[in-house]
Amino acid sequence: MEFVRAHVLVCHGTNCSLKGPAAIVRAFGDQLREHGLEGEVRVVETGCFGLCEQGPTVVIYPEGTLYTRVKPEDVAEIVTSHLLKGRPVERLMYREPVPQQPVQAFPEAQHFRKQTRVVLRNCGVIDPDSIEEYIARGGYAQLGKALTQMKPEEVVAVVRDSGLRGRGGAGFPTGLKWGFAAKAKGDTKYVVCNADEGEPGTFKDRLILEGDPHAVLEAMAICGYAIGSHMGYIYIRGEYTQSIERLGHAIEAARNIGLLGSNILGTGFDFDVEIRMGAGAYVCGEETALFESLEGGRGEPRLKPPYPTDAGLFGQPTVINNVETLANIPPILEHGAEWYRGLGTAKTPGTKVFTLCGDVVNRGLIEVPMGMTLREVLYDIGGGIPGGRTFKLAQTGGTSGGCIVDAQLDVPMDYDNLAAVGTALGSGALLIMDDTHCIVDIAKSFAKFFLHESCGKCAPCREGTKRLYDIVDGFSKGTGKMEDFALLERLARVMYKAPFCALGQTAPLPVMTTLQHFREEYEAHVRDKTCPAGVCSALVSDKKGA
Amino acid sequence: MKEAAPAGCAIADRVDQIIQKHAGRPGALMPMLHDVQAALGWIPEEAMDKIAEALDIPAGKVYSTVTFYTLFSTRPTGKYIIRVCESAPCHVEGAAAVMAELERQLGVKPGETTSDGRFTLEYTSCIGICGVAPAIMVGDQVHGNLKPDMIAGVLAQYE
Repeated sequence: MEFVRAHVLVCHGTNCSLKGPAAIVRAFGDQLREHGLEGEVRVVETGCFGLCEQGPTVVIYPEGTLYTRVKPEDVAEIVTSHLLKGRPVERLMYREPVPQQPVQAFPEAQHFRKQTRVVLRNCGVIDPDSIEEYIARGGYAQLGKALTQMKPEEVVAVVRDSGLRGRGGAGFPTGLKWGFAAKAKGDTKYVVCNADEGEPGTFKDRLILEGDPHAVLEAMAICGYAIGSHMGYIYIRGEYTQSIERLGHAIEAARNIGLLGSNILGTGFDFDVEIRMGAGAYVCGEETALFESLEGGRGEPRLKPPYPTDAGLFGQPTVINNVETLANIPPILEHGAEWYRGLGTAKTPGTKVFTLCGDVVNRGLIEVPMGMTLREVLYDIGGGIPGGRTFKLAQTGGTSGGCIVDAQLDVPMDYDNLAAVGTALGSGALLIMDDTHCIVDIAKSFAKFFLHESCGKCAPCREGTKRLYDIVDGFSKGTGKMEDFALLERLARVMYKAPFCALGQTAPLPVMTTLQHFREEYEAHVRDKTCPAGVCSALVSDKKGA
Repeated sequence: MKEAAPAGCAIADRVDQIIQKHAGRPGALMPMLHDVQAALGWIPEEAMDKIAEALDIPAGKVYSTVTFYTLFSTRPTGKYIIRVCESAPCHVEGAAAVMAELERQLGVKPGETTSDGRFTLEYTSCIGICGVAPAIMVGDQVHGNLKPDMIAGVLAQYE
């Protein structure tokens, strides 16, 4: 075995890939050869570290020095100064937002210190294309344990006792779902991984799959064993090119060494996985719409009951779980249900991967225990609002979530607490907005999303999302009337109940919560025909012309 | 980037190959449509008819499926499809200005293709790259942290 004295980890998550980490890897290769170091230093392409906006990121071990915004031209200096002379390059080191201090070793950075990386345990640590590295960190050991030492019902029991809840947004107890499917009648059952990740502001599943694809494959096989299924499908959105590629390699690698396919580990258990691509439809993230799409057709939701665990994909008992939900399974099996319950809150144990976007310094991916407040996430980990501007509002859970203001930033984030203040934990997307934005303009972008993504099957959503958009659009153009507010509230009341699926049912929520918190700003657009933030062009130019 | 679009009966042959590749697979319709879109840059009616026949389903069902999804096109598209995200995380970071600059540089509006056939400009919903908003996709490639003055540089990468 080859021992090296230093490792250079270069993030290859899609966010960093925009700025060509391949060129950085090449530059390291060239420089290491030039200085005769190629036998002593190993360069590894890893998945996402989470500091997406400050990429490309490079971590050098054993020190753990974190370099951000690295360019290929910087590599020569990193090699000569850091690797040859042992002097880290301070100008490239990650800096704490407040105070602007360089951080010597990345686990010390506030951004990482406050995180509990369970789902992201391997992201930014291993080469995701290497099944050997996944195995070296304990990968596939839990599948082995389940197949050789546990009965299927024991696997279900561990997941149930852990209290794990679905991380796609609905928060349904995973163990309960697995239990239903295990008990369902039928010889053919399916495990489906929902990697359709369409909720705006959410990019965790993409990066989990890019950074640690084997975790999801192992979890699917464990689920298959628990419920009696031999076939899994990963339905992944067609736009996620890198994730699809990584998964393809991972499936092939697992098949090649007998960890997927027939007779896994010689136990007689068969389980295989196939990738199926979505084609650009947010509604296909809804479980039954996903089945319709996978089976071949428009992604229009089905009536429930029957629930997927009784009749799902191809009409067979199916467990469908989100990527992040599945990535929790191997650690739960490894450390036990009680360990998992020790993290997070009583009603929602475990951690949550949040994606920070919008007006926040450290845009990217983090993982913290359930129950952390948004104030702590935003300021202690997120680095606060850039440019010294003021926080105006945050939307939690994606475009289908509600908006909260400063007074609610101290709510411990989990499914129940956020629902209690009129929003949702949802996918874990956190969109932060500062005081330069117009609330009507933002509400319009929410409404436009649902208008576009409505599948059209049911009238309340097909018509309702259109009317919702038209009313808010009217506000932004100065054609709104004060009576429209009552109309909006009536429309919302109908849409919360009548649509066929959750898309239509949540469509009014983001708009109505902004109206609740910023009524005066809306009224200024309607009564005074002004846009206080100076954003709505029809109202701003009117004023100028006057 | 897709293959150079074949013409005439070459289209029929390519579609036949794709149908063969997926024949017998459960849920074959979507993989077939993906491959045709990738091979031809759009899904002609001729291809839809062939797929309908191969799968023994009404042509209308195939058409209804194609028109449902953003990534499938019923008309020829440019060599590269530019998708500009207009969802809230990108909107809040200046996506409108990025789209305005693209319209200016390309001389087309969303939904249109440049006269030289190089680019088709489209809006898209969130593409899951919000850490570097505002972001766009050109073909399979993502470009993020965009400002209007970067657009010319991005377009120049695509001949």
